[in-house]
Amino acid sequence: MYADGSADPRAAATARTVLDGPEIDRALTRIAHEILERSKGGGDVTLLGIPSRGVPLAERLAERIERVEGRAVPRGSLDITMYRDDLRLAPARALGRTDIPPEGIDGRLVVLVDDVLFSGRTVRAALDALNDIGRPRTVQLAVLVDRGHRELPVRADYVGKNLPTSLRETVTVQLSEPDGHDAVLLGPAKPRPGEEG
Amino acid sequence: MRHLLSTGDLSRDEALLVLDTAAELAQVGDRSVKKLPTLRGRTVVNLFYEDSTRTRTSFELAAKRLSADVVNFSAKGSSVAKGESLKDTALTLQAMGADSVVVRHSASGAAHRLSEWVDGAVLNAGDGTHEHPTQALLDVFTMRERLGRLEGLRVAIVGDVLHSRVARSNVLLLHTLGAEVTLVAPPTLVPVSVHTWPCSVSYDLDAVLPKSDVVMLLRVQAERMHDAFFPTAREYSRRYGLDAERFARMQDDAIVMHPGPMVRGMEISAEVADSARTTVNEQVANGVSVRMAVLYLLLGGS
Repeated sequence: MYADGSADPRAAATARTVLDGPEIDRALTRIAHEILERSKGGGDVTLLGIPSRGVPLAERLAERIERVEGRAVPRGSLDITMYRDDLRLAPARALGRTDIPPEGIDGRLVVLVDDVLFSGRTVRAALDALNDIGRPRTVQLAVLVDRGHRELPVRADYVGKNLPTSLRETVTVQLSEPDGHDAVLLGPAKPRPGEEG
Repeated sequence: MRHLLSTGDLSRDEALLVLDTAAELAQVGDRSVKKLPTLRGRTVVNLFYEDSTRTRTSFELAAKRLSADVVNFSAKGSSVAKGESLKDTALTLQAMGADSVVVRHSASGAAHRLSEWVDGAVLNAGDGTHEHPTQALLDVFTMRERLGRLEGLRVAIVGDVLHSRVARSNVLLLHTLGAEVTLVAPPTLVPVSVHTWPCSVSYDLDAVLPKSDVVMLLRVQAERMHDAFFPTAREYSRRYGLDAERFARMQDDAIVMHPGPMVRGMEISAEVADSARTTVNEQVANGVSVRMAVLYLLLGGS
């Protein structure tokens, strides 16, 4: 995914599909069950997606947990733009939506949801953002793809697919909500400073 | 966008970006921790040659909520009183490492001149009778919050247009965003150049009132009036003041705005000023969000 939230059509043209729609579905179903198992029923789980592609992923995970447990799961979005450490490296970017469920996050098990885990800087920023909003009991991280190359000591609790990549490659996640269909593509990099999270 | 000197410099997309950013930042004011780390290590100087507690405090709060360091520099009791020129003051600020200068000056064009002398971003917080862009942005933000749209909105700006930088900034911005503006004022308080502005002019408040979605009252700026522009305050009030009777003839969902400070009993009756359809206090709260958005967009990136 690109920082501006758009899928690059040129990358898509030469890219190889590493996860297709049904595989993404299965990965999300598995993550939903893992969250339920580790949280012993998910009674205090709040799912927070990181814009832009983390938000529909959090929504889908919440729906799956609801289907299994038969009760509502609070979900929202957490924009981390204002907390990024690379703000000064690029022109000011538009903010995403921050939408915290009305019950707040104090004492909850917050699962952060993002599409790609890369340097770990987005997650660091998200932890800072959470700090300003409240005090969760525990924070866990769920990602669709872990592509490696961490620059910070960050680890995901739930991973859809571990995807060993080269730094010369890009991982593009397409989801039906913004893009019309589901796919994870691996393609050649275009030069830009580490912007994925 | 490097400086914010005039709302006329803003494209439609840029203006909407400021409004959308402000809408997101408004949430920060509702939190227990009202602070973002975005501008950590940046310095914002408030350079105020005219007294303005409201605007200065609003800018100060906005910068502090984004974790910037704020230096307040008021002309009174400073080297300005000893005769230092604007340019020398600017170069001093530059040497002190200011990333941004928020300037209020009694001379039209002062902010523009300043932007030629300093490297940092210059934000015009009111220059003479010229412009006050963040005020217009917060006014438009308030209209969009209250009425849900800007396109096609009919806005009447009433009162001392001649001395008002708020009026000019609003006319330009509202025009960019697709609203129709009518200026309503005594002929003596309409600027000579008004035919070049993208708006219409009327001298009759009662004719414009029932057609307006927004009625924005301006303060009669007695301190800038070195001539007699109208016979008496009473006559002004009778023809251009918003009292309960006129208020009753407005559309049911129309709102009343005022940039403050209000002169109760002259431009606006106390009854109207305290009505739920008057947005004066909302405008102040929105001012902080809008100024945060502008500071973020000017200073947040490279």
